Amino acid sequence: MALFEARQLHKRFGDQVVLESISLTFEEGQLAGIMGPNGAGKTTCFNVLTGRFKPDRGSVHFAGADITGLPARRIARAGLSRSFQVMNLFDDETALDNVLIALPELRDQGFSMWRDLGRDTAARDASHAVLERVGLAHKGHVVAGSLSYGERRALEIGVALAARPRLLFLDEPTAGLGTEGTARIAELIMQLKGQLTIVIIEHDMRFLFGLADRISVIHWGQVIAEGTPQELRENPWVQRSNLGTLA
Amino acid sequence: MPSSPRLAPLVTAPMLITVALLASTPLWLSQVGLYQYLALEIMIWMLFALGHNLLLGHGGLPSFGHGAYFGMGAYAFGLMQLRAGAGLLLAMLAAVAAAALFGALVAAFISHRRGIYYALLTIAFGQVAWFVAGKWHAVTGGEDGLLNIKRPDLSLGFIDVALRSNEAFFYFALVVFAVVLVCMWRLVHSPFGRVLRAIKQNEMRAAFVGHNVWLYKWLAFTISAAVAGLAGSLFAMAQQSAYPNVMSLHNSGFVVMMVLIGGGLVSFWGPVIGALVFILARDLLGAYTETWLLWYGLLFIAVVLFQPDGVAGAWQAWRSRRLRHVRVDGPAAAARTREA
Repeated sequence: MALFEARQLHKRFGDQVVLESISLTFEEGQLAGIMGPNGAGKTTCFNVLTGRFKPDRGSVHFAGADITGLPARRIARAGLSRSFQVMNLFDDETALDNVLIALPELRDQGFSMWRDLGRDTAARDASHAVLERVGLAHKGHVVAGSLSYGERRALEIGVALAARPRLLFLDEPTAGLGTEGTARIAELIMQLKGQLTIVIIEHDMRFLFGLADRISVIHWGQVIAEGTPQELRENPWVQRSNLGTLA
Repeated sequence: MPSSPRLAPLVTAPMLITVALLASTPLWLSQVGLYQYLALEIMIWMLFALGHNLLLGHGGLPSFGHGAYFGMGAYAFGLMQLRAGAGLLLAMLAAVAAAALFGALVAAFISHRRGIYYALLTIAFGQVAWFVAGKWHAVTGGEDGLLNIKRPDLSLGFIDVALRSNEAFFYFALVVFAVVLVCMWRLVHSPFGRVLRAIKQNEMRAAFVGHNVWLYKWLAFTISAAVAGLAGSLFAMAQQSAYPNVMSLHNSGFVVMMVLIGGGLVSFWGPVIGALVFILARDLLGAYTETWLLWYGLLFIAVVLFQPDGVAGAWQAWRSRRLRHVRVDGPAAAARTREA
């Protein structure tokens, strides 16, 4: 059974149907990509999959449990973590504290009111390890709001990773980055690949084709094609659309 | 500087200085033309403001109806003493419990909100409490309030300490203040306080990393109401009465003005500084003009416009400017200070 499965998702905003019967499965250990042109419903799809929006119809299953419509915190605790396209950090906290706040340890002891968190060396070491994974080990003391754009992108992934998820959703991790920054994020994701299941939403085709095991193409609120990057290159639908020229 | 890790000792130098300064007031206050009751009142407001700042400063949750919980504490203390004959500590405990209970109830209605809706709901609940206090004659004494509230003796088992004089009661209140000060300091540096601060910065992300945002907001409000109730019970003893005015929108606004002018948004010490500035301004400006609140209001506008981080913020900015002169190792020194 797949680690994650979405069945027949429908979502409309007002009278506009954004998702029309989307079904997706992600296997454990794989790196899956979701792509599609702007306005295809990618981000809405992503938000429904990760529990930010509730679907109007359909269901979402993760690790054998139905997580449709659960509050964000329950989904996070089940082992599903996500990053955000528009940067979503704790801007007044240092990079280290951003990660610290997202640690499972902290969410279990969050109602402890007397212990000094500054003395918790185990939590600090764990946060450091996460920063190392995303290449920010030397930036731990810098306030998130003062980091460079590319560093903030990496920290975005770091905060999502800190929750030690089984499944990591990344929402356009390279948005707004130049070639160099994109390459750095690609390298980072390459290192994570295989350690956990990853789903990436992207409009940068080159980026996605180079990384993903499987890709789903979304257009007009539907999955119009699915397969390995190689299969998609040969897919007549993809070739005929403007996506094909990039791939 | 936010050098990680930031350790929070149980007792810090500013704490010792504050408590020592307050403790020494009976020695010099009358010499500078002030009076002991003023120090007592300032301290009670500091306590109230510290509790309020847990919400506003640390949680980013604007409560504009906190006078209700302060008043609830004052009334509960008075009622326990006048109707049930309770002693000092039991009546104070009842005051804290009453305020916490009412706070918990209100928090249950508002904790899924934020921003302006949150603020408006706190005002609405505060006004309800104020109205009830003014009209429910049988219990609250209506507009007159509860009169003749005594300052009972503190019985420690082997000795009874009389708290009737302003000095004696001041020292009792100082002990309460010092205990709450230490507890609040722990609280904001505990995992709870840190998650609360994270929620202030980004509620959505906090939920997406698995924190129960609603519960944190609910708890912060309840604790804050409990502290307000504690301050209210001291106020009832200080004033030897409890009256609807303490629950008014006015009073609720005063504590917000204290926290903001002091710099509660950027510093633990903001509410303490703010309460001092406010009550001193009231007395010193008030000695010259009846319209002191007009001048204070103008000062408030100026602070919000030109120094939104308040007194504590100005101090931090000055310090980090100095630090930058001393240290030349780049962005770390320029990064914003959150400490002190």
